[in-house]
Amino acid sequence: MDRRTILEELKKVLYPYTENKELLQNIDDHTNLVKDLKINSANLVDIIIDAEAKYNIEIDFDSAEKIITVGNCIDAIAEKIK
Amino acid sequence: MSRRVVITGLGVVAPNGVGVPEFLASIRQGVSGIRYQPSYKDLHFNSQVSGIPQFNWERLKNYVSEITFHGLQGHALGYGIMAALDAWTDAGNAVGGSDTLWDTGCVFGSSVSECDVVKKIITRVDAGEAKKLGSRVIEQMMNSSITAYISGRLGLGNRIVATSAACATGTQAILMGYEYIQQGVAKRMVVGSSEHVDPYIFGAFDSMRILSRKFNHAPEQASRPMSLSAGGFVPGSGSGALVLEDLDFALSRNAKIYAELLGGACNSGGQRNGGSMTAPAAPGVIRCISDAVANAGVNPDSIDLISGHLTATAADTLEIQNWCLALGRNGRNFPPVNSLKSMIGHSLSAAGSIESVAAVLQIIHQFVHPNINLEDPNPEILRQIDIGCLPTTMVEREIRTVAKANFGFGDVNACLIFSKYNQNG
Repeated sequence: MDRRTILEELKKVLYPYTENKELLQNIDDHTNLVKDLKINSANLVDIIIDAEAKYNIEIDFDSAEKIITVGNCIDAIAEKIK
Repeated sequence: MSRRVVITGLGVVAPNGVGVPEFLASIRQGVSGIRYQPSYKDLHFNSQVSGIPQFNWERLKNYVSEITFHGLQGHALGYGIMAALDAWTDAGNAVGGSDTLWDTGCVFGSSVSECDVVKKIITRVDAGEAKKLGSRVIEQMMNSSITAYISGRLGLGNRIVATSAACATGTQAILMGYEYIQQGVAKRMVVGSSEHVDPYIFGAFDSMRILSRKFNHAPEQASRPMSLSAGGFVPGSGSGALVLEDLDFALSRNAKIYAELLGGACNSGGQRNGGSMTAPAAPGVIRCISDAVANAGVNPDSIDLISGHLTATAADTLEIQNWCLALGRNGRNFPPVNSLKSMIGHSLSAAGSIESVAAVLQIIHQFVHPNINLEDPNPEILRQIDIGCLPTTMVEREIRTVAKANFGFGDVNACLIFSKYNQNG
């Protein structure tokens, strides 16, 4: 699965946690989940849990702690499903 | 200066009506919200009826943000959020402003955690999947979850207190809000309580053999306070909420005033003198009612209506006796008395707040709601008060002062005195 496909799928995961949906339209690797998308930092674990369920993968706590940007998310998912 | 406390907003989620207009129509007409629950038969419960609000969960999207809605599980939270926010907007306030309202607080209660929600946690943890619980579980399991959701949505910055006093919870929460305003701590308080009786809580009460079990075939007849055929209470779920306000504060913002809360009292019989974990001691109840009347500064003879606790157990007779002794009134001199539980069952912590909403509505619209299922009043009760005190159909009459009491496990009592608002005091 290429990064472009993962990004599109990731938008669906981020959707319920993003108040302003318009912000999701132009996200890229550099988009910061908390600062740019205004996602509550407490919800980052929910996003990881949802992503784990969606791709049937396990993202360990240490990897999860490194997820700050959309690019980090895609890296973590791509790493596990390759 | 003595501060007066008025009611400016009402919200309710009840088995016989969600929202004040539907609820008002139901209590006028004596509409039962008790239904047969087929799943209770499968669970081998003796009692298979309960009062569950016809609650459209999707409607909560109009009350909380989409992010909050996503992952919200607790039924009692949903009922409480809706009732509290309805009361808030009914009082003429907007929801979701960016300022903290330092003058406004919240006292909201519940009696038990939702086992349904706890079960999901237990199942995950026991399966070694605690990691999958996510961030939304603790906020819904905290005893203060309901006050956290309400105060966060409204931006309340004064006292935020989650309370629990079994079946006296709602009444007590309203009294606490009243006291904060009286003491000058707050100008405005959102008060109430919320309850969801899930099968686990229901089953535990069923095992105590104190639930109505002989009317599974006729659920609307199952809740029969004060009747000879009363055979236990019917659990109900829901929430009631009121906005209490310092009179001057309410006047300064031109709020409509529904009624005044003149005062109240809250105590315990100490589980002595006939009181126990499950039974109220008569001296405590009598003292609570007397103290409430004294605190409100009214003459017992001026009480026009009693909204009783009256759950449809053997305790009903004793309760009427306690009211007679506390008020010094009996026979034909006793005021009309009604039990909302005849229509919606006993919603535990939420009983006091839903019944208080009903009490205020009876003051606003000047009527006494009927006691349904009271074809056979208990002769022990009729030995104390005249049958004319037990209306079985809606009665339109002047209602200036209402006494509302609830009594809970642990021998806790709470009584409120509501009155028609008179601008001359």
